[in-house]
Amino acid sequence: MSEARRERRNYLLGTGLSILLTLLAFGSVIGPFGKTIALWVISVSAVVQILVQLRFFLHIGLGRQKREDLLLILFSLLLLSIMVGGTLWILTNLAQRMT
Amino acid sequence: MSPWFGRLNWWVTPFSDAIANPNTNNLVAAGAAALVVVGALFTLYFLTRRHLWGRLWHDWLTTADHKKIGIMYVVLALVMMARAVIEGVIMRGQQAAVLHGGFLSADHFGELFSTHGTIMIFFVAMPLIIGLINIAVPLQIGARDVAFPVMNQVSLGLTTAGAALVMVSLVIGKFSTGGWTAYPPYTEAVFNPGVGPDYWIWAVVISGFGSMLSGINFAVTIYKLRAPGMSYMRMPLFTWTALCTAIMLIYAMPPVTVSSLMLALDRNLGFHFFTNDLGGNMMNYANIFWMFGHPEVYILVLPAYGVWSEVASTFTAKTLYGYTSLVIATMAIAVISYTVWLHHFFTMGQGNSVNIAFGIATMVIAVPTGVKVYDWMATLWRGRIRMTVPMVYLTGFFILFVIGGLSGMMLANPTIDYQVHNTLFLVAHFHNVLIPGVLFGMLAGIHYWFPKVFGFRLEERLGLWTAWLWIGGFCLTFLPLYVLGLLGMPRRMPSFSDPAYAPWVLIAGFGALVLLIAMIMLFVTLWVSARHRDRLAVPLGDPWDGRSLEWAIPAPAPEWNFAVIPRITAREAFAVEKARGDPYTRPTAYQDITLPKNTALGASICMAATLMGFALVWHIWWLAALGLGLIPGALIVRAFVRETERVIPAAEVARAHDAWLDAIARAAGVTRDAETETANRGLAAPDE
Amino acid sequence: MNNRMSAHLHPGLNLGPAHGAAHERSETVLFGFWVFLMSDFITFGILFATYAANTGHIGLAGGPGPGDLFDLKSIGLQTGFLLASSLTCGMASLSLKYDEGASRVAQWLVVTALLGAGFLAFEVRDFASMISSGGTPMRSAWLSSLYALVGLHGLHVTMGLIWIAVMLALLAVVGLSDRVKTRLLLFALYWHFLDLLWIGIFSVVFLTGMR
Repeated sequence: MSEARRERRNYLLGTGLSILLTLLAFGSVIGPFGKTIALWVISVSAVVQILVQLRFFLHIGLGRQKREDLLLILFSLLLLSIMVGGTLWILTNLAQRMT
Repeated sequence: MSPWFGRLNWWVTPFSDAIANPNTNNLVAAGAAALVVVGALFTLYFLTRRHLWGRLWHDWLTTADHKKIGIMYVVLALVMMARAVIEGVIMRGQQAAVLHGGFLSADHFGELFSTHGTIMIFFVAMPLIIGLINIAVPLQIGARDVAFPVMNQVSLGLTTAGAALVMVSLVIGKFSTGGWTAYPPYTEAVFNPGVGPDYWIWAVVISGFGSMLSGINFAVTIYKLRAPGMSYMRMPLFTWTALCTAIMLIYAMPPVTVSSLMLALDRNLGFHFFTNDLGGNMMNYANIFWMFGHPEVYILVLPAYGVWSEVASTFTAKTLYGYTSLVIATMAIAVISYTVWLHHFFTMGQGNSVNIAFGIATMVIAVPTGVKVYDWMATLWRGRIRMTVPMVYLTGFFILFVIGGLSGMMLANPTIDYQVHNTLFLVAHFHNVLIPGVLFGMLAGIHYWFPKVFGFRLEERLGLWTAWLWIGGFCLTFLPLYVLGLLGMPRRMPSFSDPAYAPWVLIAGFGALVLLIAMIMLFVTLWVSARHRDRLAVPLGDPWDGRSLEWAIPAPAPEWNFAVIPRITAREAFAVEKARGDPYTRPTAYQDITLPKNTALGASICMAATLMGFALVWHIWWLAALGLGLIPGALIVRAFVRETERVIPAAEVARAHDAWLDAIARAAGVTRDAETETANRGLAAPDE
Repeated sequence: MNNRMSAHLHPGLNLGPAHGAAHERSETVLFGFWVFLMSDFITFGILFATYAANTGHIGLAGGPGPGDLFDLKSIGLQTGFLLASSLTCGMASLSLKYDEGASRVAQWLVVTALLGAGFLAFEVRDFASMISSGGTPMRSAWLSSLYALVGLHGLHVTMGLIWIAVMLALLAVVGLSDRVKTRLLLFALYWHFLDLLWIGIFSVVFLTGMR
């Protein structure tokens, strides 16, 4: 029974943290903050919220079995960074040479 | 335009073109369409006459058995290869004849190079590798089937739907003239409002989903279904290459699906991803497409490398040299292949730093392949080499593929590439790596594993003739293209005017005829071998003195693959057992075996997807919606099926397995000198 | 493989050894689905990259921009709906794991579906109002990318709702068989993944666009 209660609490905790981080991000845009600060807050809170949800909703962690699932995400992230980073580099380079 | 038939009408066939204007070009097109129609009708007639529909449906179209699905993939590939090779011959013929007038219109030639490339990549090479992986990998890892047998069926169905669309395009409407890459803005609606690019888009998108699902299936199979004791470093090399290929498929198919669907949105709904106006960026198409396109060619070649590893060690009776380096090289190729895609468009406007970065990455990726070639050569060194058909293909690979790799290194240098991009030099390079690399690997693999699934070997002499014809035909057709490229002849040209090109074009044209004969010889080999199957039978299962698990079961392999799942204690488990003197141990107990029941899900999705694709091409929106809706519909119906498995009683397994073991005990094995003779029933005697 | 007794065999919430065969068979299926989600991740990643490349003045092509079209209040509401539905989906998974019965699981799924429908309702309303202000996907590359990215996510949510409907039918007709349990776990993985994507969307598209 306490196992169930613990798991339920984790979902609520994950939701609570997500709400906080979302409010932070929205707040930085609606409030009187500069563009750079807002972008930083948005990025960091997005990354943290994703990590929170991975941990509390998707149960990805550093434990032994969980590590294989984590490795798959990291590998996907690696390829995605190459694809997205490469795309932005190439298209920006082309745009500069066109104007 | 009509709501019921979209833009379909009676005048969209080559027959009406040929009637209206019977010149050579139109007669060729009508002839091709007629072949498709006659071929389809003949097939229907043949199946009906011989009462084969029942067996076709029950034994093949509804099976979830990976071996049969693999065979169907290979059959699909060979049928499509016949068309694509003929298209190649026609193109070479047009160029050889052009200084005397030629016979094809420019648009027809455009369709030909587009279908030739699209079919070869998506409907010959991909089905060949997926077919071979399907057949061999579960057997090599000691599993009963792939992880998701029904999804395997669905993958085959989706691939077949794509192929069907390309075949239909020969009869109804026209195919794209935009090449196998379909670059916008040429393929946008403003320049190509017809059905051509739409056929390409839906064939690629639909079959792309199938390939991606195969990637998932194979990756999960290898991760989760290996026999107990088979750690990663005890897997055969073909399984390693299959694993890396599967992972690459998972990450490479999304880009082409995205780029094709974006093009579809542009064409059909007026979006502006790649248009000339309102912000469209056509370079992003090339960018996204090649993020698929480059890993794709490594997807094609890695399984071929896997076949070479198996062939090199089996036909020299030696342990594969440098196992660890081969594994690391395979993984390196898989990852690095995602970092080089820009080399396909060096000349399209980027600055130095971008080109150089990708150029260096491209050169780096040659290193692991070099490591592999050295490892294979070291495996052959001081081995007792038997020049069987797969070894002839390997020899052709060694010499010719290296030339292709070297021309690739030249192209990797942006400075050189600026001179030869889009000339026949490029065409020579990629055929040089695809044919001796992928095709020879697949043909060798077919010869190698054919006995395992069908229970009889292929005719050795016919096979050797076929191999030499492929090698000779390749050299005559494609080596001259290097010269032509350096002389400045562009690719995809239906005509040329510089007489200096003529002798080389003629040699290439002759070579194409040799390749046509080679392909015919391949079919003859299959046909004649089937007729002589009793003489060539190897029921005891190990015709080549194989080293991996798949050779330790009967041939043809039983439905359940292994009567008892083996426990693995070493790499090259079967070779180790034979060396120790205790292969073929009789199991002490048998269990009931659970296998998936047959299901019509794959066939249903195939028909639904073909309908949907055809309807999307012709703008028959109600039919497209119906086809699209039938797919989740079929899945939902399947979700409610409760009895999805059947049980094979232990007694039946025991009977079959004991009978086989008894036959082995009674038989006299053959040494390797008698490998290709009738005496070889599939039992290997130790060579002394 | 000596992890047969392990409580954590696959990504997402695990049923645990108490569920016996259902827990064991889930390992392969959930892993396969996780791998599929990785490919979906790449698909969205490319759409994100295309979107980002089209946010400059060339991509906007003189048409309406984020400031003209975005309604942050609506986005906030959508975020709330989707996050809440992730929570209720988690509750559905837990009631499955702790054997609270098919009807309890169904109740949580219904709430999840309603919240998901709420998300979609506001999204569709936003699209409609953007279109009436001239922000159609045919107006510019930026708009095409916006509709493609956000629209594909919305399509995934819609498919999720259909999936819930099928699961409710299965629960009614078949009950909590092993296969149904596995499918519920798959659904949960999918639904949480959609919320992860939404974090990316509201951050990269809407919040960044408004700044």
